[in-house]
Parts: sequence; C-alpha cells; structure tokens
Amino acid sequence: MCLAIPAEVIEIQENDLAVVEAGGAKKRISLSLVDDVRVGDYVLVHAGFAIEIVDEQEAKKTMELFEELARLDEVP
Amino acid sequence: MPERLISIAHGGGGTRMRELLRETVFPLLGEDVLLDAEDAAVLALPGDRIALTTDSFVVKPLFFPGGDIGKLAVCGTVNDLAMVGARPLYLTMGLILEEGLSFSVLEKVVSSVADWAENTQVRIVAGDTKVVERGMADGMYINTSGVGVLEEGREVSIKGASPGDALIVNGYVGDHGIAVLSEREGFSFQAELLSDCAPLYGLVQSMLEAGEVHSLRDPTRGGLAAALNEMASASGCAFEVVEGDVPVREGVRAVCEMLGLDPLYVANEGKFLAAVGESDAGKVLAEIKGHALGENAMLIGRATEGRKGQVSLLTPLGTRRLLRTPSGEQLPRIC
Amino acid sequence: MKYLDEFRSPDAVKGLVCRIKDLGESAKLMEVCGTHTMAISKFGLRSLLSPQVELVSGPGCPVCVTSDEDIDRAIALAGMPDVILATFGDMMKVPGSEGSLADAAARGASVEVVYSPLEALEIAHREGDKRVVFLGVGFETTAPAVAATLLRAAEEGAKNFFLLSFHKLVPPALRALASLPDFEIDGFILPGHVSTIIGAQAYSFLPSEFGIPCVITGFEPADILQAIYLLLRMRKESPSVRVEYSRAVRPEGNPKALSVMDRVFERTDAQWRGLFEIPNSGLALKRGYGQHDAGAWEVELPQPVGDRGCRCGDVLCGKIKPGQCPLFAKKCTPEDPVGPCMVSSEGTCASYYLYERREEGLA
Repeated sequence: MCLAIPAEVIEIQENDLAVVEAGGAKKRISLSLVDDVRVGDYVLVHAGFAIEIVDEQEAKKTMELFEELARLDEVP
Repeated sequence: MPERLISIAHGGGGTRMRELLRETVFPLLGEDVLLDAEDAAVLALPGDRIALTTDSFVVKPLFFPGGDIGKLAVCGTVNDLAMVGARPLYLTMGLILEEGLSFSVLEKVVSSVADWAENTQVRIVAGDTKVVERGMADGMYINTSGVGVLEEGREVSIKGASPGDALIVNGYVGDHGIAVLSEREGFSFQAELLSDCAPLYGLVQSMLEAGEVHSLRDPTRGGLAAALNEMASASGCAFEVVEGDVPVREGVRAVCEMLGLDPLYVANEGKFLAAVGESDAGKVLAEIKGHALGENAMLIGRATEGRKGQVSLLTPLGTRRLLRTPSGEQLPRIC
Repeated sequence: MKYLDEFRSPDAVKGLVCRIKDLGESAKLMEVCGTHTMAISKFGLRSLLSPQVELVSGPGCPVCVTSDEDIDRAIALAGMPDVILATFGDMMKVPGSEGSLADAAARGASVEVVYSPLEALEIAHREGDKRVVFLGVGFETTAPAVAATLLRAAEEGAKNFFLLSFHKLVPPALRALASLPDFEIDGFILPGHVSTIIGAQAYSFLPSEFGIPCVITGFEPADILQAIYLLLRMRKESPSVRVEYSRAVRPEGNPKALSVMDRVFERTDAQWRGLFEIPNSGLALKRGYGQHDAGAWEVELPQPVGDRGCRCGDVLCGKIKPGQCPLFAKKCTPEDPVGPCMVSSEGTCASYYLYERREEGLA
C-alpha cells in the first residue's frame, strides 16, 4: 500500500495546498504533512498528500551509482 | 425564460413525445425516412451478407475532452462493424432520457450524433425514445444498432490470427479512459488530453486493400489487454508483446502511475488491434501510418505457436511476464 | 518521469543482476509490502534471480490482512440508509462473510471509490444530510494522510465526516513474524514509503534481537535489485538496517507526519486476516475524536465464516508459494477470490496469478 510518485511542485496555494506536475499531468494535493516546501521541489505524492520532499542530492548519488553499473556491461 | 426540461410526458407516446421528435430530434438528424414515422424502416441492401451489431452508451459525464456520448454512440457502433471489415450503412438510435434533462443538452447530443453520422456516411433510419424518472439514466443513455455490408470474399474474424502474424495498434493507448477519468479526478494537463474517439472504417478499408489483415479487435472496455487476450484465445495462438513498443502518451502514463492503473487495461475509442499476415506486415503498417488516425501506429508483437491463449509481455528490462485478461473494473489503487 | 524512469534503466538492471550473480551468495529474502510484491512480479525480477535468490512475500498488503469481521462492519455501515461509505478502490472486492463491498453496492449500499481521503471529506461537505464514513485501510504510509484529513474535518466543522479505522502497523507484524518458531529468512526487503514516515530506527530490533539484516528500498527495479545485492553482501557482516532509498527516507522518518498520526490515533490490538491477532499493531481513533469515530457505532454483524480451506496464512508467512495452495488458480482467482492473498491486485497470490508465467512452474 505504498504507491507514491515523485512530482514537481509548480504552484503553492493557501490552506496548505499545492499544484504538482509529473510527466505533464498536473494535480492539486495537500502539503499538510511536510514543511518548508518550495516551488521547484520534488515531493512524493500518496493519496493526495505530499509525504516527503525528495532529497535531490541523495537521488543524484543513487542515480550515479546506477549509471556506473549500467556501464559495467561495456567493459570488453 | 425558464430552462426547458424533459418530463415524463415526453416519453409517453402521446402529443408531447411527437412534438419532441418532430420539433427537436428529427430536424437535427435531418433524415426524411424518420418523418414517415413508420414502425420500421424498409431498406435496400447491396450484396447478400450483412453485419449487424449493437452497443449501449452510458458514459459519465456526458461531455468529456474530445467528445460526448453522441459521438461515442456513432463511432462505437461504426467501429464494431469496421472490426469485421463491414462498411457501415444504417444506424438506429434508442434514447433513454432522465426526467429533468435539459433540452439544450439533448440538442447538443443529438446534433453530435447527426454530425458524426454525416462524417461516417451513415444514415440514422430508426429510433426510440423513452423517459425515466429523475435519478435514473445519469442524464441519458443511448443505444445504437448498426447494419453494414461486406465485400464479397472479405473475411476478418476474431478467430483469424495465426502464428507468425504481426500485431499492430494504430496509435496511443489509454487516451479515452484517462481523459474521462481525469475530468472526474481533477487532473489537468500541459497539453490537453483528449479522448481518441474516432470512426475507423476509412482506415480499415485502406488497410484491407493493402494486405492480408486476418483479425481486428477494438480495445474498448478492458483496454488493449482485453483485446489481446480475446484475440489470442479465439484464434488459439500465443501472443508475445513488447511492452516498450506499445505507444502510451506521457500524460496518460503519469496519471496511471499516480492512480495505480495500467495503461494496457484502459479503454480506447479510436483504436484497433490488428493481426496481419507476416509477409504483408510492412506494407499494411505503412498504409496505416499514412492515415490521420494511424500516424502513431506501431508493430507491438507477434502471434506464435505456444500455450494457446496466453499473452506474454516482454518488459523493457528484458524479462517476461503474463498479461492477463482484466477482471472487472479497474479501480484507482493506492496500494 | 523524473526520479522514476532513471531507476528503471534496463542497462542499470543488467549491471545490477551481474553484480548479484558474481557475488555467488544465495539467500531467501522476504519483502513485506504489497507494492514490492507487485513490482517484483510486474518487472519479472523473480525469475531473473532464481534459483540463486529466492524472493518470498510476507503480510505486506494491508487490504489483504483486513479481517472478515472488519469487512462485514464496513458493509453493515454502508448499508445504513443515510450513510455513504467512501473507500480506496482496493477494498471493493475483498470478500467478507457475505460478499464484498462491491456486492453490497450492487444490493443498494452507498459506496464511493476515492483516491484520497480528502475526496471523502469533500463528499461530506457536499452531502450535508448524509453521514460519510471513510474506510481507513493502510499502513503508516497512509495513516498520516487520513489523520490529517480528520484534523481538517474537525477544523472545518464537518460533523458528518467519520472514520472507520482498520489501519495497521508494520514493525509489530515483523516482530510477530520473526518470533514464529520456524521462521527462516536471510534478510528483509523493507517498504520504502512506510519508512518515509517511520524512519529506519523503527526496525532496529530485527538485526539486534533476531539477527536479520534489513535494507529499506524503493519500488523501482534498480532500487529493489540494489537492496538484494546489499542484503547478500550483508550476510558476511554483522546484521543491521541499511537505507537504499536515501532520496526518500531519513533515519528519523517524517516527524511532522508522525506527530499528525499521534494526535489522532492510538495503538490497539488488531486481527490480521490469515494470520493471528498481533498486539499493538492497529490504530484506533483517540477518545478526543470520538465524535468522528464510526468504529463505535452499533451494528449487527453476520456470523463469521469458518475455515475456507485456503492456505493464506502460510503464504503470508512465506512458508509456501501461492502455487502450493490447493485453491490457487482453481477455486481462488482474482475474479472470485477466496482468501486475502488473492483479493488485492498486490496480494501475493494475485501478483503471481497475474504476472508469473505458467512456464515458471506455477498452476
């Protein structure tokens, strides 16, 4: 029961609401479970709520690890 | 002036109903045979085989991005005829109207029916109107039955696929279901997502002339997965489909990810799945791509010898999994 | 889609699988999240790694572990004349003693499927003369969202908004599993989004008391494979909890979400369908929110159904594979589910039925 998708915050509204966008689809969600969200942040969206802000530094590290592993195959 | 609304009397078979038909419905349809008000239309048919189909349309909301229940009612039935290679000729239109439906909504829908009948060169020659109490029929339901004719020797059947056949879809899948669902769930899009509702006979006709098309199926409810399973089962083939080759729009994918839906199970209203003889596949695919409703067509897999009726998916990771036929309605998950 | 597609890269997956194969270690690993079960089946990872790594599924589907009695209670409420029951779609087909919510809707009960508890609150505002009951099912990923909605309802004076809470907690279930006499697992693949809320420290008893290494991971194939690699490596080290899903999980979790949960819920004992009662593993509304608690309403419940002959309990503990249950794919299918493992599309049996090919030796 863990479906949560990363989406970019494109607009912050009052009442702890925000509009997020992923893959060209936009939706309004609640920010009441997270603090200090800014436009441009990526959040994990679950059941209409942001449950965490994506740590982009950590995401980058993980992505770099996977990119390295992807190149393993290329070694002759 | 108060808004004009449908009342129970409009379905009563008396003067109110005759007024409704003669003053509103018939003029919009522009069909003289209806004015004769016979109990049945007597028509000439070329050839000695006809194709006959029926479908009921209960979409909610009545108007959605890219279409409305009227357009669906024409295209849906015309497409069913096209799937057996039949040229559509005549449609019937049965209306079930909810008491309290506004005349302006009725007029918009019937105009849409008339427009799309003209577009598909189909005549609406018979119909029926009923009115039910407030709270039933979600505004309105429409049933259309369609009659079409088949060229001599034409055989396009759900049983027709055979091992080696190429499997082709004519474009993006999932647009219709997600366009309708997005209205209800409050999703909006950078580039507006429209239902793909469209009449396919013109495209089907050119495909059939271009090469050996063995089987056609329209992936409406249950999506492409349902169509693949039905075709594989009926023909006794196994199907191997390359998941990465099935065209899906980014916005549709995003909504599906967020709601926990699989685009392969989402309804389409302007698509077909075709099984085409191996040697003709290239020709037929080129023909489809040259058509406005087939620009984004893709070869997505093959029919093979193998476990009869089994549809396997090759994932983008190079692994294999089953693609089962859907059971019941796809409901948004959060799980 | 950003921060999603990158973790599905076929080349990264190939590289990760090579690394796992090169290690040579073999292991039996358990994941405890329905979303992991489904991702593993959907991406075809199970057959990719077998026989070296055996992946078994635990009781990670909160829909599947909702008891017969709880479903019956939800159905009874939905059938009340002025009640609308709002629920996540996953719950519609779960069989209770006398059919599912979908069956009840067919018989005239008012049931509405929602994607978010906030939609249920909107319904309550719109239908002022009805009592709107939100069916709260889900682990710690979902409970804060439901709690936040309840707080909003209280603030907005929505007196006709109620919660029927069947929420459950993951760590107590893991403790109960690990305490089973014949429980033998070489490592846990832990749920990424539950951990987003509760953090990594919540699981420290697993290595320290039971000697089981754990990796918290996300749901994309690269994440899952990386977790498996780490768990295999950890067999040679002293057991610990590691976070692979560092982009979404902090060691302390999400304190704000935890405090929202805490304001509204308190722990209670809970019945896990197919398993047993686990103490302090459920969430009930605190007394202060009693006026929104539909769990307190008096209802008549049908006689509980006895043993249905399914082996869900053994599947949920990872003792057997779905194919080993006599009902799998015969009497028990997604269209006609008998046991909890088949009901949700993320149940173990459902995942196997839907995705694993017959060549792989299943029914």
